[in-house]
Amino acid sequence: MMSGPEVLHFATTISLGILTLAFLVTIYRIIVGPTLPDRILALDLLIAVAIGYIVVIALRTGFTLYLDIAIALGLVGFLSTVAFARFVLQRWEIKQAALEQHREEARE
Amino acid sequence: MIIDLMYYLAAIMLVVGAVFSLVAAFGIVRLPDLYTRMHSASKAGTVGSGLPLLAIALVSFDGAVILRALLGIVFFMLTAPISAHLLARASYIAGYRPKAGFGIDDIEQNDKKLK
Amino acid sequence: MIFLFLVVSLAFVWAAVTGSFTVPNILLGAFIAAIAVLFIRERVDRPFVLRRLGRFLSLAALFIYELALSAWRVAVLVLSPDMSRRLAPAIIAYPLTVKTDGQITLLANLITLTPGTLSVDVSEDRSTLYIHVLEMTDRDELIASIKHGFEARVMEVFE
Repeated sequence: MMSGPEVLHFATTISLGILTLAFLVTIYRIIVGPTLPDRILALDLLIAVAIGYIVVIALRTGFTLYLDIAIALGLVGFLSTVAFARFVLQRWEIKQAALEQHREEARE
Repeated sequence: MIIDLMYYLAAIMLVVGAVFSLVAAFGIVRLPDLYTRMHSASKAGTVGSGLPLLAIALVSFDGAVILRALLGIVFFMLTAPISAHLLARASYIAGYRPKAGFGIDDIEQNDKKLK
Repeated sequence: MIFLFLVVSLAFVWAAVTGSFTVPNILLGAFIAAIAVLFIRERVDRPFVLRRLGRFLSLAALFIYELALSAWRVAVLVLSPDMSRRLAPAIIAYPLTVKTDGQITLLANLITLTPGTLSVDVSEDRSTLYIHVLEMTDRDELIASIKHGFEARVMEVFE
């Protein structure tokens, strides 16, 4: 029978392995796409996985300061997704405006 | 003995959280379109980053760490649906439609009625 | 009374987060808490806040339970070999009873974290919430379950 901390250390090793696999699978979606929102979604998930990673490392090393880093990363991830969503919207608006202009020019 | 039990529980939470992250990653690869993928990322992803935080709260034995971990969980649970919703809304307005042949779409039908 | 309660509890949260329970530190926390509560006093300074707190906590508990359930359901769906046959995605219109922005936001968040549903958009007149459903079975049943479940609870919290 292993003691508690030993079991926990073993569990962190397994979790790091599983999370690495999750990282790679998520990166597949970022590369393949096919659309921009798909990639943004995959990036969002990548940040969630990275937070899991950092928390596992915090447990493994005992430096609970990593926890603040994880929370800060969560904030950055949220803000970046919000910004990306706005970017998707604005890109579409700019495209529409350009199309409109193009049509008017064609009419003249 | 009880302390050992908490360590075991934290170990289980860590592994389960990691597995949920992996499932979320599989989900966004296997599911057919953006909107179904969003389900996978927002739900399994939240659980995947929330469970390790809960594990650290369980074994840290330090009020400051426990509180920060719990605040982190609440924060992630509040922000994950908001970012998913924003992205879904922006993509829908920008013309990314659900994959064709997949069920009904009330927004489209209501839009047609308005026109 | 509520003001005092908030300041004291926030001061202790401050002490816990900064990790030192010394008297000057708690006083500093109370000072910052008092300033923060002063900023939001119109929103807090109403009766029933404490009673609503209990309802809010029960809503939070329900929320966590539903989140665990929905993550489990998505996991089972993703890992099942016949996934594409079980999938029946749809975007459906949900007629809203709640009116204010805050209530709609809370409801939309709750819906996103519950099994198989994700809120996509709110119509401009705020009367309809569009929900993306992963495994569509019966539209009326789904609408009724949200109406009697989360929406009723959200209205209870806000009254």
